Amino acid sequence: MAEVSFFVAALIALAGAGGTVLLRNPFYAVLALVCHLLGLAALLLLLRAEFVAAAQVIVYAGAVMVLYVFVVAYVGGQDRPITPSHGPGMRAIALLFASALLVEIAIAVIGSGLAVLDTDGSGWFQGFGSPERIGEFFLTKFLLAFELASLLLLVAAVGAVILARRRSGLDDPRELSVAEFMRGETGTMGTAERGTLEEAAGPPQS
Amino acid sequence: MSITWYLLVSAIVFCIGVAGVLTRRNPLVILLCLELMLNAANLALVAFARAHGNEEGQIFALIVMVVAACEVAVGLGLIVALYRRRLPIDVDELRELQG
Repeated sequence: MAEVSFFVAALIALAGAGGTVLLRNPFYAVLALVCHLLGLAALLLLLRAEFVAAAQVIVYAGAVMVLYVFVVAYVGGQDRPITPSHGPGMRAIALLFASALLVEIAIAVIGSGLAVLDTDGSGWFQGFGSPERIGEFFLTKFLLAFELASLLLLVAAVGAVILARRRSGLDDPRELSVAEFMRGETGTMGTAERGTLEEAAGPPQS
Repeated sequence: MSITWYLLVSAIVFCIGVAGVLTRRNPLVILLCLELMLNAANLALVAFARAHGNEEGQIFALIVMVVAACEVAVGLGLIVALYRRRLPIDVDELRELQG
């Protein structure tokens, strides 16, 4: 039974991955990636990683993919090459490189000679990978990593807002500057900040 | 199923992601292929966690998912900024760092 589940889940995951790369329309590529993520979540369940599988479905297939779908809908699903392609030569070299990498990883995995790789895994016990165990690890042994991850998420969210904000009234629409946003000269939300800053600093001294 | 099978699936997905990053030219699809590679690494981490009966690999996989979410947020912000400036959404056209 486990073998059948593994092969079905692996086929779904591989088909989703192939569809992501091969489909021309970015919208369909996003949907193929959702399919891939669901297959991967089934593989994670077979590996007894219940919490990681649930987080994969909720965070990835739920939240991140919705973000992708919105951006694809906003930007538009065009995938027309503007300049002529580099021809089949570059593509062949890329595929050759990818297959060489696959052979190399397969040799590294199979040739590693680790005895544990040929088993079904060791040391499973009741509650392995459950939310209780994961939460305990996060709040005791990996507390620093947990806090740094939250800080990283905050920085990324602020950075994404700064990058994607609407710039109205720019003379040169090709200008992109974070320093200008911080000074508050051209941003949509900068005028109020500048006012308070000037009030706080008082009149110029010289 | 032995752990080797999971590692082979992980390797194949990773190489599909590499091929996509190298051949596709739409930055949205390139971000999707980066997701494929990160997910393949996650699968390998969880497989090794299962092999050794130790959940620390799963913790590693969860942190990788956080980093992937940050990468997606910043990458999609860049793509939206590109679109607002009416720059071409094509990595071959975006070769210059200077605006």
